[in-house]
Order: sequence, then C-alpha cells, then structure tokens
Amino acid sequence: MSTFQIDFSAVAKKRIVGIDLGTTNSLIAFMDLTGPAVIPTPEGSSLVPSVVSVTDDGSYVVGEKARQLLIDSPDRTVYSVKRLMGRGIADVQDELRLFPFHIAEGSENVIRLDLGGKLLTPPEISAQVLKQLKAQAEAYLGEDVAQTVITVPAYFNDAQRQATKDAGRIAGLEVLRLVNEPTAAALAYGLDKRNDGVVAVYDFGGGTFDISILRLNQGIFEVLSTNGDTHLGGDDIDNKLLRIALEDVENEWDEDVSNSGEAVQTLRRAVIDAKEKLSFFPEATIEFTWRGKLYQRLISRELFEGLIKDIVERTLQPCRSAMLDAGLKPEQIDEVVLVGGSTRIPLVRQAVETLFKAKPHTELNPDEVVALGAAVQAAILSGDVTDKLLLDVTPLSLGIETMGGVVSKLIHRNSTIPASATEVFTTSVDGQRNVLIHVVQGERELARDCRSLARFDLKDLQPVPAGMARVEVRFLIDANGILNVSARDMRSGKEQSVEVKPSYGLTDDQVEAMITESFERAEEDFAARQVREAQVEADTILLALDKARASDAWDALGETERTAIERARKNLQAVYHTGTHLQIRDAIEKLDGISRKLAENMMNTAVRAALKGSKIN
Amino acid sequence: MNFSIVEHTCWRCGQTSEEQSEAASLFCKFCNSLQRPVVDYFAFFGFEKTLTIDTDELQRRYYMLSRQLHPDRYTRATETERNFSLEATSILNDGYRVLRDPVQRAEYILKESGFNIGEQRSKDVPPELLEEVFDLNMVLDELRNGDTDAIAQLEESRNRFAAMQNEIDADLHEKFLLHDAAPETERHEILSTIRSALNRRRYIRNLIQDVNKEFATREA
Repeated sequence: MSTFQIDFSAVAKKRIVGIDLGTTNSLIAFMDLTGPAVIPTPEGSSLVPSVVSVTDDGSYVVGEKARQLLIDSPDRTVYSVKRLMGRGIADVQDELRLFPFHIAEGSENVIRLDLGGKLLTPPEISAQVLKQLKAQAEAYLGEDVAQTVITVPAYFNDAQRQATKDAGRIAGLEVLRLVNEPTAAALAYGLDKRNDGVVAVYDFGGGTFDISILRLNQGIFEVLSTNGDTHLGGDDIDNKLLRIALEDVENEWDEDVSNSGEAVQTLRRAVIDAKEKLSFFPEATIEFTWRGKLYQRLISRELFEGLIKDIVERTLQPCRSAMLDAGLKPEQIDEVVLVGGSTRIPLVRQAVETLFKAKPHTELNPDEVVALGAAVQAAILSGDVTDKLLLDVTPLSLGIETMGGVVSKLIHRNSTIPASATEVFTTSVDGQRNVLIHVVQGERELARDCRSLARFDLKDLQPVPAGMARVEVRFLIDANGILNVSARDMRSGKEQSVEVKPSYGLTDDQVEAMITESFERAEEDFAARQVREAQVEADTILLALDKARASDAWDALGETERTAIERARKNLQAVYHTGTHLQIRDAIEKLDGISRKLAENMMNTAVRAALKGSKIN
Repeated sequence: MNFSIVEHTCWRCGQTSEEQSEAASLFCKFCNSLQRPVVDYFAFFGFEKTLTIDTDELQRRYYMLSRQLHPDRYTRATETERNFSLEATSILNDGYRVLRDPVQRAEYILKESGFNIGEQRSKDVPPELLEEVFDLNMVLDELRNGDTDAIAQLEESRNRFAAMQNEIDADLHEKFLLHDAAPETERHEILSTIRSALNRRRYIRNLIQDVNKEFATREA
C-alpha cells in the first residue's frame, strides 16, 4: 500500500467476511469492534443448515426451511453435499450407498445431482448456501458483501479446494483466502496470548475429521503438521445408527421402510435427536412415527458408545501420524482444542484426553469457533489485525508421474505454503510439439494409488531433436493450498503455454459459464460496480493531487517531474469514463508511483511547519 | 561478505539505489514497495554462503520475513506486489526448509557450485559396503522365508548402519567447518569430498529405511 494513499485519502475499506461452509451447517461471521461475531439468521439462529431444495418453479430453498423439505420432498432436496465437492464418481461409491444422493446420468467426469429434474454440480449447490449467507450478512450489516474467507478441512486436496473456490465464484463472492478449519479455530481461541507453546486442534465435524499441530510464537501460528480423513464425521455415526434402526423397525413391524425417502429422513432425524441427547443424558429414546405406527427404542450411553467406538478409534491414527510428522510426543503438546459438533460426545472427549494426556479446551462453542476464526483471518487480510499471522502447510505431497507410473515427489506434505518446486522437462521424440505432465497428490509410490489432480499440456514447443528441448516448469502451491503451474522455455526464455485438464471438477470455462448462466445480470452489475469503485479511488487521488498542486511542494518539484505527473493525470482522466476497472486502476497506480516524491515533499513541509508551530492548510 | 554492490531500480517509483547485498533490496528504499525477490536462499536470508549456520538466527529471520512478506499482508496491494509477495514467500518457505537441515543445505550449495547430485549415483554400492549389503540381503531373504532368528541379526545390522550414519554425520560436520574456514579457491575440492560423504550417507540411510520397512510390514 503506498504512502501516498495512506497520507491523503480515506478510502472506505470494503469489509471481508468469514464463512464456515460446513457439511451439516454453515455460518457467516465478521469482525466486530469487540472481536469476531457470528451473524444470526433472521430467525435468530447462528447456524444455517447446509441443505438445498429446488421447488417446482425451479427456485431454491436453503437452510432451515430446506431441512424441513428433506422429509416432505426428499427427491429434490440435498444435504451433506460437501462430501461430493471436488470428487469423481469412482471415489464416492461409499457415499452413494449411505446418502440419498440422486446422481444424474453422464456424471463420469463431473458429478451432477438431479434435484427434481434440475441438474446441478456440488459447487453450484454449495453456491446456493453461500448466496444465502451473503444475503443474510448484507441484511444484517446494511452493506454489500463481496469479499470473503472460506474455511475448508485441512485435509482437503487440491480439487476439493478448487471446488470450494468455484462455489464462491458462482455465488458472486471473491474468495480472498481458503483457510484450514483447525487453523481458523486456533485463531479464534486467541491462544497466542500464551505467546509460546504447542497446540493440537482436534476437529471432528459432520463429514470430515482433521488434526493440526501448531507452534505459537508471538502472534505467529505456524502449523507443524496436519492429518485427517475427509470422509469421517458425525454423518458416519448417524448412518450407523440409522442402519441399525431400520433393521430394528423391520423386525418390529415386519415392514421394510427403507424404500421410502420420507420414512428414512424422518427416522434419520429421530436418530440424530437421540444421538445429541446422549451427549448430555445417560439414555435417550429414538421415537419414530410412520403412517400411524409408533416405534420407540431406548438407548443407553453405554450401548451408544459400543456402537461408535470404532468410528472414534479411526480419528486416533491420524493424530498419531501428525505427532510423528511434527516430531513431537504427547507430553510436548501444551494445549488441545476441540472443534466440531461431534466433539460434544463424551466418548470423543475421553479418547482425546487419553491420547494427548491433557484436558481439552471446550470454552468456545464447537459449532461456531471455525466461523469466528474465519472472521479473524478476514481481519488479518483487511489489515485490521496486524499482530497475528498464519503459516499453514499443504496436507498432501505433490508429485508427478514418471516412467512406469512411479511418482516423483516435488513438494512434501506438511511443507509450509506458499511452497514451490521446479523441474526441467524435455522431449523424447524428434520434433515433438508437446509434453504432457500428470500431477498427482498423495503419499503412495504409484501414481494410480494417488489422487490425480490434473494433466498439464506444454503446447506448441519448438520442433527440435529429441532431448534438446528444455522446458522449466514451476509448481507453486499458493496460500490457499491450490496448485499453480507455469512453464518457461529455457532456450528462448519465453513463457511456455500450459493447458490445464483437471482430472475432477470443473474447468475454468465451465465455472465461467455457470457464473454467466445464473448471474447474467449480476455479472454486469459486478463489472459496473468494479468500475465505480475504481472511479471513487481515482476521485480521491485526483483531489489529493489538486490540493498538492496548490502547495509549495509542487513548486519545489523539477520541470520534468511536473510534466510527468501532468501526463499521468491526463492519462487517468482519459480512462476515467471509458476504461475498464483494470485500466483505471492501472492509471491510478502510475500516477501514484510518479507523484510519490510530491507526497514526500508535502509530508516534509507539513513536518517543518509543525515544528515551527505554525498551522498549515 | 561475498556480495558485491548491486544497482537496483524500483519497478514502481523508478528510482535507482545501490545495495550492499541483494537481500537488502526486498523493499524499495524510496517508496517502500515490495521488489522482485532474489532466488538465492542464502542471499534471501542475508546469510553468507557457508555450510554451518546459526539456526536460531535463521528461525528468527524466518519469522521476521514472514511477517513482512506473507500474501496475507498484500491482499489490498497492487497485483504486481501481490505476485512478488507470493513469489518471495515461496522462496522464503522453500529456503527455510532447505537451510535449516544440514544435509539439504549442503546439497543446495553443491548444486549451486555446479555439482551433479542426482539420485542415480546412490544406486551404486560404495565398494567398502559391498560385504555389508550382501549380508543384509541374505538376512532379509531368510526372514522372508520364515526364519525368525534373522530378526535379531537384522536389528544388529540396523544398529551398525545407524552407527555408521552417526560417524558420517560427525565427519560431515568437520568437513563443513573446514569448508567455511577455507579460502574460496580451496572450497571446490572440499565440496567434492562432501559430495562423496553425502552419497555414502544417502546409501546407508536407504538401507536403514529398507530394514525399517521390513519390520513395519512384519508388524502389520
């Protein structure tokens, strides 16, 4: 940020909000004067169920109302769609057995769900939740909300992160940063007050499990290691109980109700109610009414714990791996923080306490803590919070497929991001015009056992004899944990074009098309708003310049400097009414850069005047 | 210092400054805007190119530079500065990973000094280890054929390899100090002995990993 703008203008800063886009519930938060705060729904709840329903006329219902529709119109309503984000049809076979997802035909490359005849990708469905949150925040704050931080499970791979970012774009939000959920939680806890120490964040949510180990050092939150399972959460507990309950109902009534979506959703709701009660009472009853019949089953906590023991057990191995990667023993971990609704279960708390040999923190509401952390990160990005900084890591190793399908690792897991690696590629055939690079993510040695991210096609190479081409490819994982690839021809030094073919998820063009489709008008509005914002900024700098020109500082400048400033000013005025926001910003930047000395002169004059005790205008 | 005076022109305000070192030009002296970062890890951290470094100081500078350069600090900056910030922070993180580890640090200097440190070389058995490797493979075969007596032998081999690795590490440390104290003209020769030691070390480390993997599969 230039000193010129800081000194002479008071550009109203756009607010950045924080969003927790959860499997079960989503929340939106912002930085209030007193700290991070969750923005409530008009009904007063902080949670928006991540449920989307399509009505007969093709419009959307989101949140609590959609949750009701899960029972009334299960065919056109979807929940837990986060489980499908950035995934291919082959990876979700388990999900399809357990969740009532209606996969549309032709979902081989990109999964599409059929909601009452409307075909939607997971990012488009998530975008509906995001739009709802956006509208909720705009109504509450009384201003436009266009920029956001969105949290993702730490163990999300590149495709899952990209899908989340796509969802934001489709919803008309600029996603300034994806933040890992456990790291966000650590921020919300304000554990940096202890200044130094090691913290483990155990995040067991509706659909995902994460463990992150962080070192705190005077406001810096440095993630040492992270591990997890993007398919393990409270959903799995619900499904297990539901399966048993369905069998139990069949035995008692001699009737299989599992073919009725309505019955299954009603029973699922009853099972979840019982599960939640069991966190606070020694026993609870599953009550299910269906076509005039009543099913009741009393469950003791002991029985419940026996049923979920193996699910809780599955969270412990990632914890041990994370400690191993961080080079730490349980005794070296100073604090443990619990995040996610599933950590309300007493058995989970007990397991965590035993493993880490420490009593975990539970002061903050485990449903809200991630959203609060996202708001803190948003304030870091806006510059409102300057004493904190997150240094996060990439959860999975990044590699390329080499001869024989073997993976050559380029960036290892738990490397602090942004991280990069450079490789030189050549051709194997005379006159070869392109090289295909297959990039994978994962820890296994063979490419087929890892997650395929994308194929990068180095195109239009100069035809030269085999082995003579030299293309330097740079793989860069940015602060969002997303891969960027660029290439350079080492012989000519020229940028080499790279075409990206994502293995799963949407191409850039597809996302653009979705944005245009659902936001034809909004898109135009958006462009207009960007121009307007650039114009406002231009007004500020032009005004400041007018003032400066009337001062002594202007006269103190040389003739050439004055001419240069004049030229830059005319240039800005020329693009002001006709240019795009980028052209206007470019002109502002030029004028700003060139008039820097003038700004300094003015500062000096002001200082001198102040020292003399005289007033300046 | 082995840095020469460098002339640097700011991309933004166009003013030219003379810098003591490349690292000093991360920010423009005149307008304080972020400049295109240097790619040399030692220069980036403001260290001389030595094989031994003060790792506490390295960590201190890492945190300090993170605060100044991280993309979180440039969300509202110009696109040029945002790109420089991303580039600079990736060099910072990559460099920190390499410099804090003595072996990676040495490999980096070797590479920068024109040595080929490819992995292929590690496949050739160092002659003095031939017998050891032969014995190890025999024991591994016995174990896979169900001879559980081989477990004790295998553990013994592992301990012997670990001792060898410790020996090499101590030797490497001596060589590092020697290199750092030597005049520029003699360094290349010392580096070449370091490369041999590193190859031997890598070979032994792989042997230890093989044994560990065997134990791990037996446990599973």
